[in-house]
Amino acid sequence: MGVGIQVEDLNAWYGSTHTLQDINLHIPANHATALIGPSGCGKSTFVRCLNRMHETNPIARATGVVKMGEVDIYREASPVEIRRRVGMVFQRPNPFPTMSIYDNVISGLKLNGFRNRRVLDETVERSLRQAALWEEVKDDLKKKSGASLSGGQQQRMCIARALAVDPEVLLMDEPASALDPVSTSKIEDLIFQLKSQYTIVIVTHNMQQAARVAENTGFFLNGKLVEFDSTHKIFTNPRDKRTEDYITGRFG
Amino acid sequence: MSAEREHGATSPVKPTVSVVSAPKETQVTTTEPVSQVRQFLNARGSGLIADRSFAALMLACACSIFLIVLFIFWILIKNSHLSLNAFGWKFFVREAWDPVSGDFGALPFIYGTLATSLLALAMAVPLALGVAIFLTELCPRPLRAPISFLSELLAAIPSVVYGLWAVFVLVPLMRDTLGPFLVKTFGWTKLFDGPNFGVGILTASIILAIMILPIISSITRDIMKAVPNSQREAVLALGATRWEMIRIGVLRNSRIGIVGAIMLGLGRALGETMAVTMVIGNHPDISKSLFAPGYTLASVIANEFSEATGDLYYSSLIEIGLALFLVTIVVNAIARLMVWAVTRGAPSRIS
Amino acid sequence: MSTQPLQSQSLGDPRKPSRVNILRRSISDHIVTGLAILATILVLAPLAAILFYLVYKGASSLNLAFFTHIPAPVGEEGGGMANAIVGSGIILALASLMGIPVGIAAGVYLAEFGSGTFLGNAVRFTADVLNGVPSIVMGIAIYSLIVKPHPPYSAFAGGVALAIMMVPTVTRTTEEMLVTVPHAVREAALGLGVPKWRTVLSVSLRTASPGIITGCMLAFARVAGETAPLLFTAFGNQFWSLRLDQPIAALPLQIYVYAISPYDEWHRLAWAGSLVLIALIMVSVTLVRIFANRGVLKGGS
Repeated sequence: MGVGIQVEDLNAWYGSTHTLQDINLHIPANHATALIGPSGCGKSTFVRCLNRMHETNPIARATGVVKMGEVDIYREASPVEIRRRVGMVFQRPNPFPTMSIYDNVISGLKLNGFRNRRVLDETVERSLRQAALWEEVKDDLKKKSGASLSGGQQQRMCIARALAVDPEVLLMDEPASALDPVSTSKIEDLIFQLKSQYTIVIVTHNMQQAARVAENTGFFLNGKLVEFDSTHKIFTNPRDKRTEDYITGRFG
Repeated sequence: MSAEREHGATSPVKPTVSVVSAPKETQVTTTEPVSQVRQFLNARGSGLIADRSFAALMLACACSIFLIVLFIFWILIKNSHLSLNAFGWKFFVREAWDPVSGDFGALPFIYGTLATSLLALAMAVPLALGVAIFLTELCPRPLRAPISFLSELLAAIPSVVYGLWAVFVLVPLMRDTLGPFLVKTFGWTKLFDGPNFGVGILTASIILAIMILPIISSITRDIMKAVPNSQREAVLALGATRWEMIRIGVLRNSRIGIVGAIMLGLGRALGETMAVTMVIGNHPDISKSLFAPGYTLASVIANEFSEATGDLYYSSLIEIGLALFLVTIVVNAIARLMVWAVTRGAPSRIS
Repeated sequence: MSTQPLQSQSLGDPRKPSRVNILRRSISDHIVTGLAILATILVLAPLAAILFYLVYKGASSLNLAFFTHIPAPVGEEGGGMANAIVGSGIILALASLMGIPVGIAAGVYLAEFGSGTFLGNAVRFTADVLNGVPSIVMGIAIYSLIVKPHPPYSAFAGGVALAIMMVPTVTRTTEEMLVTVPHAVREAALGLGVPKWRTVLSVSLRTASPGIITGCMLAFARVAGETAPLLFTAFGNQFWSLRLDQPIAALPLQIYVYAISPYDEWHRLAWAGSLVLIALIMVSVTLVRIFANRGVLKGGS
């Protein structure tokens, strides 16, 4: 089940570049929230602050409060603990090239020491079904390498891998941008199905995608959160002129 | 305020929010138990200690490389202090080498090392450059891989095997064929006086040249490959011939790197031991003739170290080793810097 | 206005080189091409000569006895280099056990923790410089460290001398192979909450392992042929010995001793030994070539 995320006065830097400025918002649990904005506006950075992935870059820094449920993720937990509670799907599928499909999906469990064979088998099936990939690969789980699938299948496998750890939050950074339209629509269907079970944050360039899958949408511009409201409101009657300009395609 | 658990309903949430009035957001207000997987993962620690120890261990192993260099330096100095005290810096300009009377001077070895190395370079560099040019610019594509593979094989042949071949093939060749030919054609240079037994400075230089060719050639190739194609195209577009394109577009840009490659070859030549020892004659002479036997710094150590009775003898040999160590370090350091300056970013070849 | 074809350069169209100029440049071009081809032939010729001679001289001396017998006393026929082959195996095993883990760990540091840092660059530079130190210097250094205070010569000392020669090579090849692992793959593991040490071991190293293994083989092949560092550490042994604390025979050492000896029978053995040594090294180098390509492709995205 998902938790909500509370963000207060979040600021982030890459070296001396101030990439996020004073972000405040609340991401509701068990809903899908979309983040839109032109390239370089900071939405990817923001999402990576939610599971402390931006820290993997040695020159990155962040201040502020991010609360996942009741836990202040920066002061009350370690990055590793947080990332175990949050699943992340990246822009390009990144399966582990030396592992089979089976091993890829349960890698989050196996690499953290989980050994129970029966539960692992069940988890693989559950996650692949959730990712709508089970039927296509169920006969080749251990025979085929994760990297031998098509692009769309790889991404769904990465989603299964993220879901296998039973996360409370699912972060998706432009998950369909590298995929063809058929795979894209499959993934959007997935998100629609999953959002009742998890809190989903999806970064997207594609405004129609945001409109299709998310209840709430946030508009980022130049490192600032300009507007955050229900998707319907953002796309029909935005409060801020900049939002309106972006929606209507005047820039970005 | 919004009821946040309504599925599909639009729940407008303002950015400046204090929605903490919402009920507990953690899982269990539904009837679903926390799954076994989640329980397991929540119970795992942060792994901070393991991470820190691992990083420390890797760092320690990386620093071991410094330790190896420092250790060699330290132990060589420690074991050569006898001769350092006895002879001082003059050790390297004295021409003596008399273990019986305890009189040691390293000048003959320095001469032998320099003579063979420089002569070897003079023979090897043009050939190595030629091969590098051929392989990078002129060679038809299908031949490229086999020929470069063959030249890598040259680098893989051990020194002692080169020496063996040199003793049984090169030495007779020098004695019976090449030597007389050189005397006949170039005798006027006075470089080929004296008896020719096949062993000597020239033979050692030839086998040395064969041995340092691969490294000069392969590094030069890497450097030439690092020159962007746009340079070549720009020169060609001006109407240059192929050789001019190579000269102006490629070689001119990689001059520094090629000097570095040559210096790496020099470094290899200075320290080469086995093959040289087997064909140089092992006599601490300084003579103008290329047929004369000689002695290099590395050879004298190889030949006399196990029989070195007496502490001064042992210490002198260690001091020679120290000199060899320092010189090759300096030459290699300068060479690597030059090569790095040109191929910056591209991985350097291990050799 | 004259319409005659112009001969002298100063009156011609300045954009068009004169015929003489073009001819001269074309000749230079061909000369250089010829020289380059000649150089290549001159370089490959000794290789061919050495290999051919080696096979010619060595193959006739290779028999079963070579691989099973120790050297016969001087003057007697027969005998072999079995003890040297086994001895080399032991020394190389020791050297690999000591040198390869340290080298891989140092390479891991360079690629995963220290890339771009000053310390990382210093380590990498020092490793490259250490590669250029003459092997005889390593030999006398280890002699002074181990053999002199604790005589006699020993297989262990030989192993240590070869190990410190392997470390820089293994370090650099490990680093190069780890760098080819795409960052996205590491991010995938980190994003799952896998601690960094586990990511490095189970993801980075595993992905790069074909290339790393071939790097180790490269280092192995390189030190397998080294004689100088063993001269004063392992020293050599005419008899069977498997002890680590006694002198031990080694193939390159034995070849050297036989080559400079005055006995024809020993010369014969030296050729045979060289053939065996070269064969082993060539096999390793060829395997490295084959695997190096596959390794990069496999580790790539």
